[in-house]
Amino acid sequence: MKKTLVAAIILAGCAGMTDRSDSENTAKALALMQASFKESGQAKLDRLVQDEVQRVCSEYSGSRPVPKDVAAAIEKSQLATIKYPADGKYLGDWKNGERIAQTGVGMQFSDTAGAAAGGNCYACHQLSKEELSYGTIGPSLYNFGKLRGFTPEMQKYAYGKVYNSEAYSACSNMPRFGHKGILTEQQLRDVTALLMDPASPVNK
Amino acid sequence: MTPIQRGILALFLAAPAAALAQQPLTAVEEIERYRAALADGNPAELWEARGEAIWKEKRGPKNASLEQCDLGRGPGVVKGAYTVLPKYFKDTDKVEDLESRLVSCMVMLQGFTPEQAKKDPYGSPGKKVAMDALVAYVTSESRGMKMNVATSHPKEAEAYELGKKMFYFRGGPHDFACATCHGVDNQRIRLQDLPNLTKQEDAQKAYTAWPAYRVSQGELRSFQWRLYDCFRQQRFPELEFVSPASIALTMFLAKNSNGGTFNAPSIKR
Repeated sequence: MKKTLVAAIILAGCAGMTDRSDSENTAKALALMQASFKESGQAKLDRLVQDEVQRVCSEYSGSRPVPKDVAAAIEKSQLATIKYPADGKYLGDWKNGERIAQTGVGMQFSDTAGAAAGGNCYACHQLSKEELSYGTIGPSLYNFGKLRGFTPEMQKYAYGKVYNSEAYSACSNMPRFGHKGILTEQQLRDVTALLMDPASPVNK
Repeated sequence: MTPIQRGILALFLAAPAAALAQQPLTAVEEIERYRAALADGNPAELWEARGEAIWKEKRGPKNASLEQCDLGRGPGVVKGAYTVLPKYFKDTDKVEDLESRLVSCMVMLQGFTPEQAKKDPYGSPGKKVAMDALVAYVTSESRGMKMNVATSHPKEAEAYELGKKMFYFRGGPHDFACATCHGVDNQRIRLQDLPNLTKQEDAQKAYTAWPAYRVSQGELRSFQWRLYDCFRQQRFPELEFVSPASIALTMFLAKNSNGGTFNAPSIKR
């Protein structure tokens, strides 16, 4: 009994020390970065200021999985950020969606500020069967709608997932395309159509 | 564009397109095959030769060459120097990678101001810069040798830990970190294989292949440039040349590649 308690205290002590030096390193790394980047074009230094999701997800990476309660809190807060189209129409034009999925241009310091950005979906996902040059960082989305059913609920889910992926999968690698203003509402609808329109090549 | 560059480009454009008609894996294998074929006539040799001449040339206010520069294995030792970088240097009291060390030597030995030494970090069409050439020359003198980066000095150990933090730092409009693309095994972006840079085997393969002659750009690209351009695509602001963060991140990646055989300047698409 006594031995266990002593061991627990020692363990707690060690963990405390590790956490302290770890958070010191986090602060030092941030200071180092702030001194090492300069603003360029549309990429200002405020891009190094993390929001809460970025901060927490940076801590739980590598071999440290996100604890369940932390993940639940992130998903709850991020779900609340999703702004659905006022008219309730989630599907746009899948052909535009395909174009958005193909291009990754936008928001780099080398890009024209204010020009329409792409979603670059193919960088990480398989979508249509025809496009063979796709990445594997995310799961295959081939037959996304066909497998899940072309229901209004699923349309809403797909729109929300592209809008803010953290709402459904805490610390996902996927950008929050709506929440961060990368894609416009119409672009989000078009990408949702690529996933959910029965006529889209994704569902062929 | 020279006829050689046009030929190389044609090969790259034709080969993957033909392979794509079959299946993705074949395309990757095809790209590997053409990379191997191209390595025979790597234009990086032009940068290496020019770099050696610049290394020996008397330049700057002190009209001195860089031949007495200590790159980490003693003054004047170029052979194998890149395999021990980044490294702590007593004379500057800093951890320095190759590019920052070259800047320090240009300042200390040749009398340039730091601003002058850092002025032209990367070449572009029609503008050849000394830094690229020097990087090509020095790194070529480590070809075939094993990476052996130390973190025994406290400042080296700290650079490694801060570089690791940077690697996992998510930020910008896309929430990207280095780890987003380079923290998991066997992933691809489009058809490009992504090395897991936290793993020794992948880090060795990736780190030992830089600097590289980029066929698509017609330029020799240093490791500083590689990081600068990664952060551009990460949607971060601009990483400053030889900045402390760039050196810390290089330390993390270089140390992870220890034991790997250095094989650059290489050639890449």
